[in-house]
This record gives sequence, structure tokens and C-alpha cells, in this order.
Amino acid sequence: MSMENAETKEKRIFQPDDFEKLPPPSQTDAAIARKQTTYWKDVWRTFRKNRTAVISLIAISLLILMVLIGPMMNEFDYRTNDYSALNQSPNWVHWFGTDNMGRDIWTRVWEGGRISLLIAVLATLIPEVIGMLIGGISGYFGGWLDTLIMRFIDVLMGIPSLIYMILLMLVFGSGSIMTLIVAMSLTGWMGSARATRGLVLQIKARDFVTASETLGAPAWWIIVKRLIPNTLGIRVVGITMSIPSVIFYEAFLSYIGLGVTPPTPSWGQLIKAAGENFRYYPYQFIIPCMMVGITMLCFNLEGDGLRDALDPKLRG
Amino acid sequence: MGKYVLNKALIAIATIFVLATATFFLMKLIPGDPFASLKTKAAVQEKQREYYGLDQPVTAQYFRYMGNLLRGDLGWSLKKAGRSVVDIIREGFPVSARLGLTSLFFSVMIGLLFGILCAQFRNRWPDYLLMLVAVLGIALPSMVLGPLMRYFFGVQLKWLPVVGWGTLDKMIMPAIVLGLGTVAGETRAMRASMLGVMTQDYITTARAKGLNSAQVILRHEVKNSLVPIVTGLGPGIAGIMMGSFVVESMFLIPGLGRYFVDSITNLDYPLIMGLTIFYGAFLVTMNLLVDVAYGLLDPRIRESGRKGRK
Repeated sequence: MSMENAETKEKRIFQPDDFEKLPPPSQTDAAIARKQTTYWKDVWRTFRKNRTAVISLIAISLLILMVLIGPMMNEFDYRTNDYSALNQSPNWVHWFGTDNMGRDIWTRVWEGGRISLLIAVLATLIPEVIGMLIGGISGYFGGWLDTLIMRFIDVLMGIPSLIYMILLMLVFGSGSIMTLIVAMSLTGWMGSARATRGLVLQIKARDFVTASETLGAPAWWIIVKRLIPNTLGIRVVGITMSIPSVIFYEAFLSYIGLGVTPPTPSWGQLIKAAGENFRYYPYQFIIPCMMVGITMLCFNLEGDGLRDALDPKLRG
Repeated sequence: MGKYVLNKALIAIATIFVLATATFFLMKLIPGDPFASLKTKAAVQEKQREYYGLDQPVTAQYFRYMGNLLRGDLGWSLKKAGRSVVDIIREGFPVSARLGLTSLFFSVMIGLLFGILCAQFRNRWPDYLLMLVAVLGIALPSMVLGPLMRYFFGVQLKWLPVVGWGTLDKMIMPAIVLGLGTVAGETRAMRASMLGVMTQDYITTARAKGLNSAQVILRHEVKNSLVPIVTGLGPGIAGIMMGSFVVESMFLIPGLGRYFVDSITNLDYPLIMGLTIFYGAFLVTMNLLVDVAYGLLDPRIRESGRKGRK
């Protein structure tokens, strides 16, 4: 260091304009050359590079599109029997064939997809919102309330949720889509509450929360407007990952006879019905299975991609 | 450590109590009557209700049941005449446990092995191949995988018996169907955990000391990656237990899982209670053991009591 200083001192030569005033800074100098990236733009940039996640996203979009327009693409509806066309293999009239009651499988698969995906989305979002509120309250207030809520969640998490789902399905009367969603909401909010609470504990010490408190914001406003929105980014991964497990539960409950009642189709229902004569009509079984498989897979890969994109610590 | 275990044990006991209470009242809320039937006379049905104490108020039934439960008496099945719930559990559980534990053991071992291989061959073909298996394990729920395997290995190739129980070859398919999800989960978890460990400084130190790759992998990388894996065992056990409901009825295995759904739809009250409490207690105990194992493995928890911190 000292050597360098000595050298520069010796070589210093003054220029004539060294003591002139600098021109005032112009607008163009102050502007940052490159456009600033926001957090979400950055996430999207990382996410876009992940080929499997992008393919999954496209596949999910296609599935949703097909589920919406699929049943309208031919003249059949999901409940009309045609006894002249029982158990037909896929052909030009019935694209996915017909089932043992002569119903068009193409229509039933997409119609069933509507119901399975509707259940999946609602039974994921409703418990998520409940969990977020409870977790937010628990984390923000802390103290005995937090301890109480957390011990309560510890106890509930120890109980196998499936047992409860089955009991609740029977209490509310199995069969309707609402019952399924209610049963899954009552058993599914604990994980989200625990995760949100953990995040809220980290966030509530930050300056913007203190600022809100100083300005006199009420507690509910801080929780709903300040804390929960800031946990959303990380919770998105959890939400994405819980969709496949809800689809699995729906299929499971349908399999043991507690899901959606026939003739309303759902993917679980179709799998159960076709599983019985899988040997003779494998296409009836394999098509809904593929739908369930692809959906579960894509949402999982999507979740992986989102986690990599959202978590700055994991970025290479 | 002592306080940590005690805390977890208290939660476990509370869980079983809440489970028993909630199940009891939920079960009574299910519409229907276990003895309602057109074949028996009303007087007979009345007598049956009286015999099993179902004519009393629900709260009285609850306290009597809880009293019996404390003495280890789970009552008699309403539908399987002359058999006590304890008998049914004693008969069915060893079968379920044998299948479940075999499946769990192999799937965890295979999952760990796959995870280690994936991490070692990161982003090369063994990694991609094994992750594909893991991904399939996620995408194929048991009710899909079961019929497919039965068809290909049982009917087409005739390698394995399609259904049944008793011999070793009959156990292979149900064990695979039960365990594939766990294999997938453990592979992914182990891969992620190990990739995290592999970049740590102490691994560089170990290699710099001149240890060969096998020693570094086994003694340093694997050992340190295992800690988070242990916590994955709890959900793994729960998953296999749940899967047994489907797999046992699919492969006609005389285990406990089969009875559970039947007992609920039949309104066999004592059997519902007995099985729920038994499953709950089993799962809670397993989770407790996993927590204790986790505590023993993680020095931050193990030492927490000694430093006088909470």
C-alpha cells in the first residue's frame, strides 16, 4: 500500500482543467443503464431456464384447457348410456372408447378431470387460507396463544388424516363434492399453519412491520396485509406440492367407495370402475390412470422448479 | 434431551386422547344404526342395543368406553359375533406389520442407495435414470400401480402370484406397491441432502487428508446426510399404513387395513374405536421414536438440556 502511494505521489501531474467546475449531472447520467429486475422477474428468469418445469407448466395448462373444452368436443355427454356400444375400444366415433354402460370415455375423462381438478384446487386453497390465518395469528401474537395453537397443531398432526377424512365423509354423508372439500379442509390446514407461523416469526422483526405498528395499524391489518403477502412467495411451493396429494386422496377415497357418487365421474371414480375389468378392457383403466399420473407428476415437477426459482439460496 | 423426550411424550399422549375422544363422537354422528335390519324383529334389535349399552346416552357410553380403554379392554365387535376387538387386532396386525415393515425396510434402503448414487453421479445418466424411477413413484398411486403390476407380472408373465398371502413370493408385489412412494421420497430427500453435504468444507478436508473416495462417501458424506432423512421416516410409516388400506384389499391379504374401512361403513362402533386408537397409538409411538432418534443424531437437540437452555 505505502509503496503504491509513494509511486503515485511522484508521478502526479496536474492537468489544466483539474480545478474547473464539473458540469451539472444530466438526466441521462443518473439513469441506470439496465432496467431494474424485480423479484418476480428474477424468479421467472430462473424458472424459464428449468426445462422440466416449463414443460410441466405447459402440460398443466393443456390439461386445464382440455378439461374445460374436452367435454364439448363431441356430441356425447358423460351420463347418457348407449347399449348398442358397450365396451368399445377407442375408435373414430368414441375417441377413447366406451365403458361397460356405453358411455363415451373421452367425455367422461375430461368431465372427471373437471371434478378432480376442481376438488384439487379448492381443497388445496381453502385449507391453505385457513392455515395462513391461524399461522399468522399464532406467529404475530406469540406468547401463550402461540404455544397453545402450536401444541394443538402438534396433537392434530399426530393423527392420521385419512382416518379423519373417512369419518368426516361418513358424518357429512359421502358423495358430494362439497363434502370432500370440507373433509379435506378440516384435515389439511395444519401444515400450512405451521409453515406460515415459521415464516411470520422471521418477517415480523423486519422494519416495515415496525413501521406499520408505529403508524398505528391494527394487528389484523398487519397480519393480512403485511405478513401473509410476504409469506406467499415461499408458500407457493407448498401449495403446488399439495395439489398432487389432494388428487391422490380424492382417488383414494373414490377407490374405497367414499368419493364422488356415480354417475358423476372423477378420475378416482373412473380408475376404480375400470380397475375391476382391467384385464379385458385395459384402455378404460389406463387412460384415467395416465391423467392422474401426468397431473401428479407435472405439479410435483412444477413445485420443484418453483422451489429452485424462488429460493435464492439454492441458485447456482 | 430428557426434557425434549418428555415434551414429545406428553404431546403423544394428548394426541391419543384427542384422537379417541374425537373419533368417538364423530362415529356417533354418522347416521345409521348398526342393528337396523329388516330381518330381525324390533324387540330383538332393542335387546341387542341394550346388550351393547347403545341405549344409554352418548356421554355415558363415552365415559364407560374410556374407563374400559384404560384397563386395556377394547370391547367386542358388533358385526363379527363372538370376537373381541383385541382378538381381531392380534390376528390381523402381525400380517400388516410384516408386510409394512418389510416394505418400509427395503424401500428406505433402496431409496437411500438411489439417493447416494444420484448425488455421486449428479447430472449424468445414472442420476437421470434413478430420478426417473423416483418420479414414477410419485406419479403412480397404489390403486394404479397395483392393477398394472398384477396384470403384467401376474397374468401376462406369470412370474408372481396375483393375489394371496402366506409365502414369500406372494409378498413381493404388495410390498413393491406399498413401498414405491417411499422409495421415491427417500431418493429425492437423500439426493438433496447429500448434495448439500458434498460442498461442505469438512468434505474437502477429508479428501485433503488423503482418505479414499469410499471412506469419504461412507464415513463423512452419508453419515452427515442421514440426519434429515430420519425425519422423513415418520411420514413414510404413515404413508405405508394408509397404503395398506388399499393394498390389503387389492391383494386379499388378511391384515388389519382391510377391516378398517369395513368397520366404518358397517358402523361396528367398538371395532372403529379399537382400530383407530390402535393405528393412532402405533403411529404416534413411531413418530415419537423418530423424534427421539432425530434428537440423538442432532447434537443441537442432544446437548440442549445440558447448557441450561430451553
